[in-house]
Order: sequence, then C-alpha cells, then structure tokens
Amino acid sequence: MLLNQFLLLAAVLFCLGVYGVITRKNGVMVLMSIEMILNAVNINLVAFGAFNGTPIGSVFALFVIAVAAAEVGIGLAIVLLIYRNKKSIDFSEVDLLKG
Amino acid sequence: MDFTALAGLPVADVVAFTRPAIDWHAVAPELILLGFGALLTLIDVIFLDRAKQYTAALAGVGLLATMVPILTLANDISETGPRVMFDGAFVVDEFALIMKAVFILSGYVVILLSTNYIGEGDYWESEYYGLMLSSILGMVVMASSRDLISIFVAFELLSIPSYMLATWKKRSLESNEAGLKYYLMGVFASAIMLYGMSLLFGVSGETILTKVNASLTSDPLTGDALSSSTPILTLGIIFVIVGFAFKVSAAPFHSWAPDTYSGAPIPVTAFLAVASKIAGFVALVQLVFVGFYARADVFQPLMWILAAASMIIGNLVALRQTDIVRLMAYSGVAQAGFILAPLAVAGDVGDQALSSIVSYLAIYAAMNLGAFAVILAAARKTGSTSIESMNGLFSYAPGLAVAMTIFMFALAGIPPLGGWFAKFQIFFAVVEQGGTWAILLGVLLAVNSVIALYYYAAVARRIWADEAPNGDLTPIRIPASLSAALVLTVVATLVFGFLPGSISQFTDVGLIAGG
Repeated sequence: MLLNQFLLLAAVLFCLGVYGVITRKNGVMVLMSIEMILNAVNINLVAFGAFNGTPIGSVFALFVIAVAAAEVGIGLAIVLLIYRNKKSIDFSEVDLLKG
Repeated sequence: MDFTALAGLPVADVVAFTRPAIDWHAVAPELILLGFGALLTLIDVIFLDRAKQYTAALAGVGLLATMVPILTLANDISETGPRVMFDGAFVVDEFALIMKAVFILSGYVVILLSTNYIGEGDYWESEYYGLMLSSILGMVVMASSRDLISIFVAFELLSIPSYMLATWKKRSLESNEAGLKYYLMGVFASAIMLYGMSLLFGVSGETILTKVNASLTSDPLTGDALSSSTPILTLGIIFVIVGFAFKVSAAPFHSWAPDTYSGAPIPVTAFLAVASKIAGFVALVQLVFVGFYARADVFQPLMWILAAASMIIGNLVALRQTDIVRLMAYSGVAQAGFILAPLAVAGDVGDQALSSIVSYLAIYAAMNLGAFAVILAAARKTGSTSIESMNGLFSYAPGLAVAMTIFMFALAGIPPLGGWFAKFQIFFAVVEQGGTWAILLGVLLAVNSVIALYYYAAVARRIWADEAPNGDLTPIRIPASLSAALVLTVVATLVFGFLPGSISQFTDVGLIAGG
C-alpha cells in the first residue's frame, strides 16, 4: 500500500497548519489553520489504520472530528465575543496583558 | 457498501459487537460527577434566577458525594488489586484514586473560593458551576485513562470548559484576552499532541498504553528489534510530551500562563494553576510510566531539558514581577520544572520518581490553592493584585498575613512546612539515580530553591514589615466559604509538613497498573 504518500500529505498539511497558526493575525484564519492540523492527524490515523489492518485508526479519527467540532465552537464564540467588545478580530490588537 | 473491506479487515475476522463488561463500582465517581453536572444545568434551565443561591452549594455537595465511591474503591482495591475495564483503557488503581481525590478536593476548594466572588461580581452564575464540574469530570477520567484515545478525550473534556471559564468576565477585555490566549495555546497543543499520537499509533498499531509500550522496542508483526521506525516513534513521543508541556506550562511553552492567569477571574486562575496543571502531569506520568517506559532513551533527555529550562526561566522571570498573580504564574512554571525533574530519571528509579511526583502534586495543590485564597481575600479590600497591595497586610488582617507567610514559605520549601517534604523527595529521587546528568539536575534543583526563596520571602517581607497603602487599616470582611477554604489549605500544608507520613503512606503507590 502507498502509505508514504498519505504520510507526506499529512506532514505537508501539518506544517502549513503550524505556519498558519504562527503567522496569521485574523482570528478565523487561525481557527482554520488549527483545523488543518487536525485534518492532517485524521489522514495519518486513517492511513495507519488501513496499513495496520485495524479499525482503531478510523475510530480515533471519528473522535478527533467530534472533539474538533466542539473546540471550534468554543473558538468561534470567543472570537465573536472579542469582535463585540473591540469591533475587530485582528489578534495582534489583543495585547493588553504583558510583562 | 462493505465497510469491513474499507477497514482492511478480512470479513471472517469481524464479529458481532458485544458490550464489554462494565464495572459500575469502578466508574461510580465519574457517574456521580456527571449526574450532578447535568443536574446543575437542568436546575438552571428550569428555575432560572430562583436557583442561583443553591448552585454553589449543590456543586460542593456533588464533589463531596463523589468522594464516597472513591473511598470505598480505595478500601476495595487494597484487597483485590486494580480494577481493569475495556481491555485496559480504563484502570482504577491506587495512583488513579489518589489523583482523583486530589482533583475532587481541589475542585471543592475552588468552589469555596468562587462562591462569593462569582455571586458578587457581574458574572453568569449557574453555568459556571456546571462547567466547573464537567472540567473536574475530565480530570477524574484522566486519572484512570490508560489509552491514547481516552487520554485525548479526557484532556479535551477538562480543557474545553476551562477555556470558557477563563473568558467568564464577558465584558472585560482582559478576560477576553486571557481566554483567547489560553484557547489558542490549548488547541494548538492538543493538535500537536494528536499528531504525535497518530505517529505512535502508526508505529504500534495500538492505542492501549501497555501495548504501545510493548511494541516500541520490537516490531509488532515480526518480533524483531525495532530500528527502522525509531525516528518516527521518537518524533511521536516528542510531539505528545510537548503537547502536555503546554498544558503544565513548562518552559519554553509557558508564554500563555502569565497572561491567562492575570486576565481570568481569580478563582478560575486558581483552578487552572492547580487542578488543570495537575491533570497535565497525571497524563504525562501515565504516558511515561505506562506508554513509553521502554524508551527511556527518548523521553529522559527531553524531560531533562524541559525541567531545567522551566526551573531557570520560571524563577528568573519571577524575580522581576510586580503583580502577585503573575508572580504565582512564573513560580508555577518553576514548580512545573521541579515536578518534571523526576521524570528525567524515571527509567532508572521508577518507584521513587513516581511517589515523589504524586506527593509533590498533592502538596502543591494545598499550598498553591491557599496562596490564591489569600490573594482573593486581600483583593476584596484593595481591588488590585499588584504586589504593593500586599504591603502591611499584617497590620489590618493578621490572620491572612500568617496564612500567606505559611504558603509562601511552604512554596519555597522551608522545613517544616509542606513544600519542604515535597522538594526533599524530588531531590532525593533525582540524586538517587547517581549519573552525571542526574547530579547536575540535582544541583539545578538546589540552586533554584534558593532563587525561589528570594521572591517568596520578598512577599512575606512586604506583608510584615511595610506600611499599609495610604495608612488604611480597615479590616477585611472574609465570607464564611473563603475562611473555610483558607482553614482547609492551611491545615493541609501544615499537616503534610509536620507529619510527612500522612501523605507518603498514600503516595507510595508502586508502579502504575497498565491493564
């Protein structure tokens, strides 16, 4: 089976996601980058599961999808809260706390 | 469509689903906590404002009720041995029970701290306790998880409510920012941890920690010594540990902690600094002692670096803090370094490393919660968390001053207070291993204890020697629940210090059962 191709795709997605989380300033874009990392994880899990001949990988991926939905729900709520208070979702402007 | 072919299984291997046996006694603590969490949410929806005054009390009762099955289980497994369910994914052993008790009791103290703070401020009250209980439920599940999937689900169950709790002051920009930073760091960390878990799953083909451990040294299919997969499993272990290093705010992954702690409501800060952090350590301990134990060559150097960096960075930055909550945040980073130190020698002196970590976690919970209780009480009068606001505390609130002095010196590790015994055990376990790197880590531990003493003692000096700001000597009115929290934590800190046997008889747990 062509396991390497799936792992490479996942690794590329993972790196793009990490890059996005670090460099993006727009709140929604950061959330999308996090989703990208989680989808890289799902590709890995499903590919490894098929390669090892066990359904555990697909089950794990289902858990990841379910939890990611909850996480993004909270994330959007927080972004919305910040938008209401500041009229902006630029994370580089959220900088009151330092020291 | 044929799903069995999709999963790569021959059709003959697929058997009908049968429900695994459930040991109801072993899951009773989780079920009771879940019941009370759901009850709180329902009561809020049905009775609205009329239920407000009862929610805090109900949450407290729920936590105390959860202690009952924990005690009966403790009695039970001392005779019959650990209880294992779901092929070893859920294990109730001595380690799990003592950590569950620590989570429940520190959760109870946090509820006591919250009662007046949340009731008097401009907060949503009832949802607060429901979310708090579900976060504690995640921690209690975490203490029993011996499987990658259940560790992940427990981790998210404890994290997701705490993102909301950190943002609880909805109209305060500081609280929004605290929640946002905590959320971004937490989600990013869990994504990295998951990527690591997917690699480990790929190498071993299993998620149960004992089976993962068995396959890390030899190939699961051929039984040969593992060589070709070493880079990928090393990467997997590093990613998983780094994910949890975010959670326990170990340097260099601690940048969220000071901002989140200072922006969040103070009871939530206490919750994050104690319960949530301990949950991260519980997960790390389970992974290291059950999941990766065969690969000490991979995790030990990583733990060494994390421990040394956390101690040094945490302590040095704490020296120049002007806000007491930020000071506690950086001192928490340094304490995380102390707790990680035995993991750097865990492969050689497993028993000692484990029991020293467990006693440190229990004592850490008592003294840190106590310090936050005093900060909360003092902020009721001064309305500020700057270190200057502690000036002259003794002249108008002698009881608080004595309590804060006890907690500060306990955190610094002065005998005979609780922190002394904790630090001594950590130091003893690290030096016991005896290698050059272990001795070097022991020296770092000793030097950092001295640096930490400087800033803890500086707070105590302000309390006793300085003048109160503006000469204002009106006493602080401390509500009953806050006094109860203070008494509980002071007594625990003193008892753990004067009678170390009271804690070590529980924390001498032996190695964790895998299942």
